[in-house]
Amino acid sequence: MAYSDKIRGTYQAQLKGIEDAGLFKQERFIHSPQAADIEVEFPTGSPLKKVINMCANNYLGLSSHPDVVKAAHEGLESRGYGMSSVRFICGTQDIHRELEHRLTQFLGTEDTLLFPSCMDANAGVFEAILTKDDVMISDRLVHASLVDGIRLCSAMHDTFKHSDMGHLEEKLQLHADKRMKVVITDGVFSMDGDTAKLDEMVALCDKSDAMLLVDDSHASGFIGKTGRGTHERCGVVGKIDVITTTFGKALGGASGGCVSGRRELVELCRQRARPYLFSNTIAPVVVAGVLKVMEILSKSTERRDKLERNAAYWRKGLTEAGFVLKEGDTPIVPVMFFNAKLAQDFSRALYDEGIYAIGFFFPVVAQGQARIRTQISAGHETHHLDKALAAFVKVGKKFDILGKTKQEIIAKYGM
Amino acid sequence: MAIEGLKDVVLNYVTKEYLEDDSEPLAYDTPLISGGIVDSFSMVSLKRFLENKYAIQIPDDKATPEAFDSVNKIATLVEEFVAKK
Repeated sequence: MAYSDKIRGTYQAQLKGIEDAGLFKQERFIHSPQAADIEVEFPTGSPLKKVINMCANNYLGLSSHPDVVKAAHEGLESRGYGMSSVRFICGTQDIHRELEHRLTQFLGTEDTLLFPSCMDANAGVFEAILTKDDVMISDRLVHASLVDGIRLCSAMHDTFKHSDMGHLEEKLQLHADKRMKVVITDGVFSMDGDTAKLDEMVALCDKSDAMLLVDDSHASGFIGKTGRGTHERCGVVGKIDVITTTFGKALGGASGGCVSGRRELVELCRQRARPYLFSNTIAPVVVAGVLKVMEILSKSTERRDKLERNAAYWRKGLTEAGFVLKEGDTPIVPVMFFNAKLAQDFSRALYDEGIYAIGFFFPVVAQGQARIRTQISAGHETHHLDKALAAFVKVGKKFDILGKTKQEIIAKYGM
Repeated sequence: MAIEGLKDVVLNYVTKEYLEDDSEPLAYDTPLISGGIVDSFSMVSLKRFLENKYAIQIPDDKATPEAFDSVNKIATLVEEFVAKK
């Protein structure tokens, strides 16, 4: 047996270190479908508690939508449960290609390739299309999955300050001699809820002969007038060279993702992207569900319109109550606590009031930037938001942070 | 051979490139990478800036996180390559 007491002790010490630093993550067991109202077992072994979910990526409220569930059932019946294959051996059904066509149409691109997740799409895309003679220039706050994909690629990597277009321009000039240049950004930044300046980035990329890659996971389905994403809001549909996105959030919330963009780049991913080549195809049941989501979105903008109204209502309520928020106008509304313990204690007190919203702190966000990231859904009704707001206010009074500035909260609770 | 003003060139670049406006000022011996001020990813722009400014090539195996860990160390590295020109 190679797993000696010494080896076990080393790992136990690491886990204790995480626990001692107050960074130990614990799962909470949900016993109901994903929705605005959920039933949760927390702490483990406790009786089930009905709470309002304020932290799901279920932006459009489609995760348990009856039409999506029905379509998934039908997909399960007609195409089976699993494919037992990667895509290129015997794992591509007609519905996989149909979904790729639908996504291409929806995102306004030239072609699309499905991946098991957007994490996999981001892990595979760079190495597939770049070489050591190229450079990747990324916003400093891009999602961890992009960072991992960048690390797996042999091209040079540089960064620019978050949303700082002057700095990006300097970097494009610094790397002007590179064979290919790719600028990389999130569309909507997941922790802050702000939006990339894609119109300005497209102009800079055009000027510098650079490509632009956008991870639009927190935007696809609801940002922009018809929900196509951040590029629609910024008026640059058709001008983004690569969009990666997920089906694990607004688009049904199950799993899966894609690379969508210029035909040649997508085809190179099909030929070379390792998570595509060496990981199983997306299950038919999921593909059938996402196809139904695409159909729902093509018929009406009702859900994204409601989401927009809900998000504005929630943000206004929190602002008037005196919370410090990150500025923005997306359904991601981060309530700032700065101190990690305060964010965790606040989250726990909210749970006692029937509100499920999780604290985020280092290393997920920078030191001293602890927060509760609330996420609004089209599945929320006004009564959900009112109840959640009343709970935030009650707990806010208890911790005496309402109407307090960042400096005052830090002075009271520390960083 | 010491290059006049080199340390301040490096210090100013690192301050402008990596520090937030309200950060503590840097010293020549402040640990940059091990101190979490510069991540090893972002080091590449500093390397390219120095290569362009002093017309040198620093091979990747010399541009280690250790060699870039303070203004003093970076200056020593640059001087070594300028002397070899």
